[in-house]
Amino acid sequence: MAIDRKTVEHVARLARLQLTEEELARYGQQLGAILDYIAKLEKLDLAGTEPLVHPAESSNVFRDDQPRPSLPRPEVLKNAPEKTDDFFIVPKVVE
Amino acid sequence: MTDALELRQSIVSRKVRAIDVAENALRRIESVDPRVKAFLSVSKEAALAQARRVDEKVARGEKTGPLAGVPVGVKDNLCTTDAPTTCGSKILANYLPPYDATVVRKLREADAVILGKTNLDEFAMGSSTENSAFFTTRNPWNLDCVPGGSSGGSAAAVAAGMVPLALGSDTGGSIRQPAALTGTVGFKPTYGRVSRYGLVAYGSSLDQVGPFARTVRETALLSEVISGHDPLDSTSVDQPAPAFLERLERDVRGLRLGVPREYFGAGLDPEVRASVEGAIANLVAKGAVRVEVSLPLTEFGIAAYYIVAPCEASSNLARYDGVHYGHRARGYEDVVSLFSKSRKEGFGPEVTRRIILGTFALSSGYYDAYYNRALKVRRKIQEDFNRAFEACDVIVGPTSPTAAFPVGSKAEDPLAMYLCDVYTVSTNLAGLPGVSVPCGLTKSGLPIGLQIQGRAFDDAGVLRAARCFERELGLALPWPSLT
Repeated sequence: MAIDRKTVEHVARLARLQLTEEELARYGQQLGAILDYIAKLEKLDLAGTEPLVHPAESSNVFRDDQPRPSLPRPEVLKNAPEKTDDFFIVPKVVE
Repeated sequence: MTDALELRQSIVSRKVRAIDVAENALRRIESVDPRVKAFLSVSKEAALAQARRVDEKVARGEKTGPLAGVPVGVKDNLCTTDAPTTCGSKILANYLPPYDATVVRKLREADAVILGKTNLDEFAMGSSTENSAFFTTRNPWNLDCVPGGSSGGSAAAVAAGMVPLALGSDTGGSIRQPAALTGTVGFKPTYGRVSRYGLVAYGSSLDQVGPFARTVRETALLSEVISGHDPLDSTSVDQPAPAFLERLERDVRGLRLGVPREYFGAGLDPEVRASVEGAIANLVAKGAVRVEVSLPLTEFGIAAYYIVAPCEASSNLARYDGVHYGHRARGYEDVVSLFSKSRKEGFGPEVTRRIILGTFALSSGYYDAYYNRALKVRRKIQEDFNRAFEACDVIVGPTSPTAAFPVGSKAEDPLAMYLCDVYTVSTNLAGLPGVSVPCGLTKSGLPIGLQIQGRAFDDAGVLRAARCFERELGLALPWPSLT
């Protein structure tokens, strides 16, 4: 069962992935095949089973709220594809 | 290449110099890596400088760490301040991390010599290293075959004698499967045993860093170095790191080997089956106890994994936005097209596929049908293991259903590639320790791996059982042919 083009397009938009028509069709096909396989989980009786989000199921871990130095600004910015001295550069997002 | 323990001993007793060991390893890389392609980058200058520091420490009579002068390879999804960390992805092609991963810091504190960063499937998603954006690593036992993945570079580097030790990461089998396919030992510790700080996240509730080596003793040594609580990883467990090496030997007599019948069903290559069965019989003949166990959820592991891991990946990989670091597309119109174009250009097909799958499974209307259902199956899988461990000490079986396969043979069929991990994904879903040890060669001379899984936090027991197999089988594999 291939996933229809509209659904793949919607998901790709949610994931911020710009895909071509050909890619939408191909990923739709492959996603369908994978989901067909995953459908075998429907055979299991899961009534009364709680989801296991995490193997350790630990509760929150807190540390003392003590100020510590952050990374120096030049270190933070050194990998930025576009920057000024102190800032990341992005396209204008507010009118 | 000598054993890491012997190397260290020779260096600290001044029989050999760390600088000579490092130069030898670099020469070995220079001569064989053009064929194997295990390393994405080699840190020659940094390695030589570090080796000199070790020699100076030794000369001054200072205390040296447990890996003094030992060359180590590091998977390229572990952050290093002095070498690029690419994750095998174009999106991080020029990324130089501002901090070291905790395991890398521990290597440095142990006086190890980091030789370079090893190849992987992009973002550790794959079972062959064919998903690396840069090149495919080759299996030293047969260069036409894959080394497994995703930690294929680390596995191949150790198998080919370029380094005695390497670090990998394992989310669904990414240490154990390449170890099996390259005739090395690969260990995935219990979830929480090793810090994930500075390991580039793929599936955060599944990821764990672990070692590769050619022997169990060396594996235990490196495990000891990297284990332990880290305040920078809230999922790392607040327990002291156990002394794996000191208590590695145990009597094989009385060791209860759980053999799940589901691990020997359809899809298992007959040669792999015969080799694994032979290894188990060998230990039983020497006093180990074979216990038939059942893990009925085994056939559902892959399906559950390919919901849980892509869901976590789709969330983790949202950080690659072309703004803070990594690839940025040209010619965007607004901020959304900046994100969408940068991500499209930066991610390869398998990563894109998993992001789409994960985003789909988490999206409105599908969450319960997919993600929540998979998490319930995950609990059932953990319960399966708990039940089985009532009757046995460790669970043994094949690591991978086949030996190494030819480059390109599964590249067009994502699902066929996913099924390589049928025996390994459940370990991660349940958070358990697992190790692969060599148990033989196929008729065509490819390594076969035997997997040992244990109870949560019985890492020491798993390594002891692995040592029993290694000792009793006495394989002494030859060096791979590199042809």
